[in-house]
Amino acid sequence: MKILKSLPFVLLLWSCMTLASFETYEFSTTQNEMRYFKLSKELRCPTCQNQNISDSDAPLAADLRRELHRMIEAGYKDEGIIDFMVSRYGDFVHYKPRIAPETYILWFGPFVLLLGGLSVVFFVSRNRRLRARKAQEAVRETVDVAPSVEAADLSGGLSEQERERLERLLQQDK
Amino acid sequence: MRKFWIFTPFVAFIAMSVFLFKGLFMDPSKLPSALIDRPFPSFTLPSLYEPDRLMSELDFKGEVALLNVWATWCPTCKDEHEQLNKIGLEEGIPIYGLNYKDDPQLARAWLERYKDPYTKVVVDQEGRLGLDLGVYGAPETYIIDQHGIIRYRHVGEVTEQVWQELKGLMEIIAAEEEA
Repeated sequence: MKILKSLPFVLLLWSCMTLASFETYEFSTTQNEMRYFKLSKELRCPTCQNQNISDSDAPLAADLRRELHRMIEAGYKDEGIIDFMVSRYGDFVHYKPRIAPETYILWFGPFVLLLGGLSVVFFVSRNRRLRARKAQEAVRETVDVAPSVEAADLSGGLSEQERERLERLLQQDK
Repeated sequence: MRKFWIFTPFVAFIAMSVFLFKGLFMDPSKLPSALIDRPFPSFTLPSLYEPDRLMSELDFKGEVALLNVWATWCPTCKDEHEQLNKIGLEEGIPIYGLNYKDDPQLARAWLERYKDPYTKVVVDQEGRLGLDLGVYGAPETYIIDQHGIIRYRHVGEVTEQVWQELKGLMEIIAAEEEA
């Protein structure tokens, strides 16, 4: 009975074991091993589209892992390995695309858009500021001009103190 | 001037829509080959017909031909075999075979059973040549010109429609040479 009860648990453990059935490689140095893990995460499996070769159990990914292990142990540098893969499978195989004329838009596009957006914001705010200043000047002109032009009317309507107060109030809003 | 700027977001929107709309009809599983216009990678591998004879990239020079990557474990290869028979046996177009990560015994039995459209077949049991060629899924069909330069790659089944396309390209490539 006890065995039967623990059976699901044992089965569960067993399923984890089969999942982790990827081949294991021996490395001469820990540094090589670290490089292997780093590069196998950067390289994309061409058949499975959106997995790197360390995640994928496709036969091609296994081939690429074997090749990666061989090249690392043979003393190839990281760039050499990436070049090797890109010359066979194209830029697609590397998750971090190289900087070349055909990838400029990919690398610099976002910055260009950001600059564009910032310049739009700058011009819009500058326009708004200029327009506000123009409006103020127009108001001041009417205030300056009004007494002389319609002096007769105004002098009749507003006293000296009142006019001063009006001036102050208009100035406040600036 | 101001009126002109008012349309920029609209123009940007249209441009983006065209771009994304095009994306709807693209097949992301079809990758361009990195080896187009490059020479066929060098190799030394046994022939399927005479296991003692070693073949090399020189075997694939001389005429404009197709190179078909196939295996007995690949279901689509079986689907396209009839079309290959038509191309190779009826139309007499040279097709080189690359038996990819397969058991040569099974491969020979398969060709006996379903007829053999290939003029030469190289055995790549380890998949090393496939790797050098950037093969990512059988079947793949390449056009190789008379100088052994890879000119085109098709990934997936060769149907009648695909064959008509390939045929057109092969004729253009052959005509290029004569000119």
